[in-house]
Amino acid sequence: MTHPLNHLTRAGDGTRDSTTALEANFSDLHPPLTQRQAFIESQRCLYCFDAPCVEACPSDIDIPRFIREIAEDNINGAAQTILEENILGGSCARVCPTEILCEQSCVRNHDAECQPVLIGLLQRHAVDHMHFDGHPFMRAADTGKHIAIVGAGPAGLSCAHRLATYGHRVTIFEAEAKTGGLNEYGIARYKLVDDYAQKEIDFLLEIGGIEIRHGQRLGDNLALDTLQRDYDSVFLGLGLGTSRQLGLTGEHAVGLMPATDYIKELRQTDDLSELPLAKRCVVIGAGNTAIDMAVQMARLGADAVTLVYRRGVESMAATGHEQEIAKANGVRIVTWAQPEQVLLDDTGRVAGMRFARTESRGGALATTGETLDIPADAVFTAIGQAFDAASLSDARAGQLGQEAGKIEVDGNFRTSLAGVFAGGDCIAAGQDLTVQAVQHGKLAAQAIHNEIMAQQEVA
Amino acid sequence: MKASAKKPNVDLSIEFAGIRSPNPFWLASAPPTDKAYNVERAYEAGWGGVVWKTLGEDPAAVNVSSRYSAHFGKNREVLGFNNIELITDRSLEINLREITEVKKRWPDRALIVSLMVPCVEESWKAILPLVEATGADGIELNLGCPHGMPERGMGAAVGQNPDLIEQVTRWCKQYYSKPVIVKLTPNITDIRAPARAAMRGGADAVSLINTINSITSIDLDNMVAKPTVGSQSTHGGYCGAAVKPIAMNMVAEIARDPETQGLPICGIGGISNWRDAAEFAALGAGAMQVCTAAMLHGFRIVEEMQDGLARWMAEKGYRSLAEFSGKAVANTTDWKYLDMNFQTIAHIDQDTCIQCGRCYIACEDTSHQSIAKLIDASGARRYEVIEEECVGCNLCQITCPVEDCISMVPQPSDKPYMSWNEDPRNPFRESA
Repeated sequence: MTHPLNHLTRAGDGTRDSTTALEANFSDLHPPLTQRQAFIESQRCLYCFDAPCVEACPSDIDIPRFIREIAEDNINGAAQTILEENILGGSCARVCPTEILCEQSCVRNHDAECQPVLIGLLQRHAVDHMHFDGHPFMRAADTGKHIAIVGAGPAGLSCAHRLATYGHRVTIFEAEAKTGGLNEYGIARYKLVDDYAQKEIDFLLEIGGIEIRHGQRLGDNLALDTLQRDYDSVFLGLGLGTSRQLGLTGEHAVGLMPATDYIKELRQTDDLSELPLAKRCVVIGAGNTAIDMAVQMARLGADAVTLVYRRGVESMAATGHEQEIAKANGVRIVTWAQPEQVLLDDTGRVAGMRFARTESRGGALATTGETLDIPADAVFTAIGQAFDAASLSDARAGQLGQEAGKIEVDGNFRTSLAGVFAGGDCIAAGQDLTVQAVQHGKLAAQAIHNEIMAQQEVA
Repeated sequence: MKASAKKPNVDLSIEFAGIRSPNPFWLASAPPTDKAYNVERAYEAGWGGVVWKTLGEDPAAVNVSSRYSAHFGKNREVLGFNNIELITDRSLEINLREITEVKKRWPDRALIVSLMVPCVEESWKAILPLVEATGADGIELNLGCPHGMPERGMGAAVGQNPDLIEQVTRWCKQYYSKPVIVKLTPNITDIRAPARAAMRGGADAVSLINTINSITSIDLDNMVAKPTVGSQSTHGGYCGAAVKPIAMNMVAEIARDPETQGLPICGIGGISNWRDAAEFAALGAGAMQVCTAAMLHGFRIVEEMQDGLARWMAEKGYRSLAEFSGKAVANTTDWKYLDMNFQTIAHIDQDTCIQCGRCYIACEDTSHQSIAKLIDASGARRYEVIEEECVGCNLCQITCPVEDCISMVPQPSDKPYMSWNEDPRNPFRESA
């Protein structure tokens, strides 16, 4: 397939200086705390009872406890407190929108301080500085059970690790060449630097008993009925495989591509200077992916990055913190404009976007009749990810109950098919949060364990 | 040149046991007052007086290397300080010469000489005329040093024996014409006994507290206490902010003891700022000695101490220290005289409460289960005092991180004052 942006110039000129400069632009967005900073910050925690931050965290980490452990110079204790509830606590500390989760509910926001404890950075500090002699969790005696997991993203990995601690064997089937899912392919480069996703996976796999097979895609070279037949239980952590489309003519023109595809390339490249650079670009969308795309293109050297959203700023899915990052990187945010036409030049390449001006009429979105043309060398769509129905194309998978275009599960992450569980973004409750996917995987592992051990007792 | 600021019109000068000083802040006998250089820097900074580091008989004491350690708070703030230094390690002659020179150059400042010699009359008889000749304003008897010197029959070894205190004080009054201040050790069961002994011996004042026997911390890698001398350690003398509550109680004990009524008290122990000084004064201290705070921050702190004290006094309408000195003594009493009919109850200000739940768990786990955790209609948490259960212990107020959020509200009562002595619930009450 021809790359949709191959006609563009490259981000760098190939010299070492340009590559170094680009790498610097993609260094850690929020640098880690120093030992002393972490210690001082840890003192700010009030050690709340029934702490609101814990209630706000999807993964049940006992936050006051791990912070107190940092304060008491017990870094391994702190790390274990985090990891026993969230084995991907290191990447969650980096990628979680803490400003709408734990830190938003911190009681230090209330009074004259208006400044929450920096829980995310403290969590990162604890996990980054742990120093265990071997893996910090034990694997129970082998149960003889073998569980198949589809998808090696945060949900699947979390599920695998927990199942491994129970003594089950796990085989993960992953479509991509690398393990990690969105942590490896979807998160902005400056949020997970230094190949952290892979380092974290290496750590997670130390538990043992987990095998990963790459290039295995459900609905392609992998069938659900085979998995059901060959394994004691199946967990589906498929994620969201497709990008929503604009539904306009010119959707497949050279110069237009889903933001997630570009971010994936950006995450995988060894040489940022080789990436195609859209000097002028338009990003359509209002979520964190749209911000990630816009900011990364700005940092690659684009002159004019415009993020366009059909509603007002207050409706944007991207957090206020993310919007601030965008502004700080010179991204122009245009609101109340919806895509109307992909503008093409005479060779059929993208030359810009035409937007219809919108307004709210009694809450409903309506066009005003005005239009806005934004010239661009490339247009990136970030209007949401959708569950890839093709992954459920085999006969057995087709029987899976669905809800809101995703896989339907009960309170124990059981699908409508016996012995098949699902979690993460591919289920209806999925919210596109790494930490939530980790929690789903963990809870599903407990449910799977309870179910197969109960079956064993009956038998 | 700074703009000339308006200053509160109060008089900070004192006359303590006959010793005049432009302000009540003196440096205690310790490393900061070891020699002329330090003492003159202190006077330049504004200290009203100095108690020169303890002199002894020649040959001078010899100190070990590594001498101090601290009890740290979480952010490395020094809560308490510990030292294993001895009295001056310079010769008597050098010290006496410097004292003479310094007193001559700073006639308006108080200069008191701390002394420690063996507990025999000849020793005191020999040294006192030498000190008298320096022109210093008075002496302070170091009967409290808890380390190094007691093994030689001096310091706390004397201070823990009231008979010896009385005897030594008597010798001093006999062979020295100026004021004699007896410095008391807190390493004793009842501080009133040595104070009474000093009074019997004719002391012009007492000063307290000297340092408290302490071990501040253990190096867990090498299994040795700090400060470490080679591979060993020893107990030292504890001082600094952490000892203030202990010192204040001892000052109050003496201030309200009928037997030592009117005996001037120089307060020592963790005084770090003007408020600490005002508190000691409220308990009857007529002068204050400072050491640790100066050792941690330098002599300049005396400027803030003077300024803060003067402003507070002006706000309260006190024109001199004497006007509020001892004002809290009458309100400090024995438990048996407290009013059994008084009742106070915690009140949580919902507008400033940040819902941290600390008051709740403290009361629920360790006190009287008098705080309810409620969830209101919007799902927000709310903590309320169950007034019928509250005994007014103050724990919730103490653990609350928000200043003034929890207040203790005295309850109106039509019952008269009733002490435990009069309480019918007291099986041993003194019958009327």
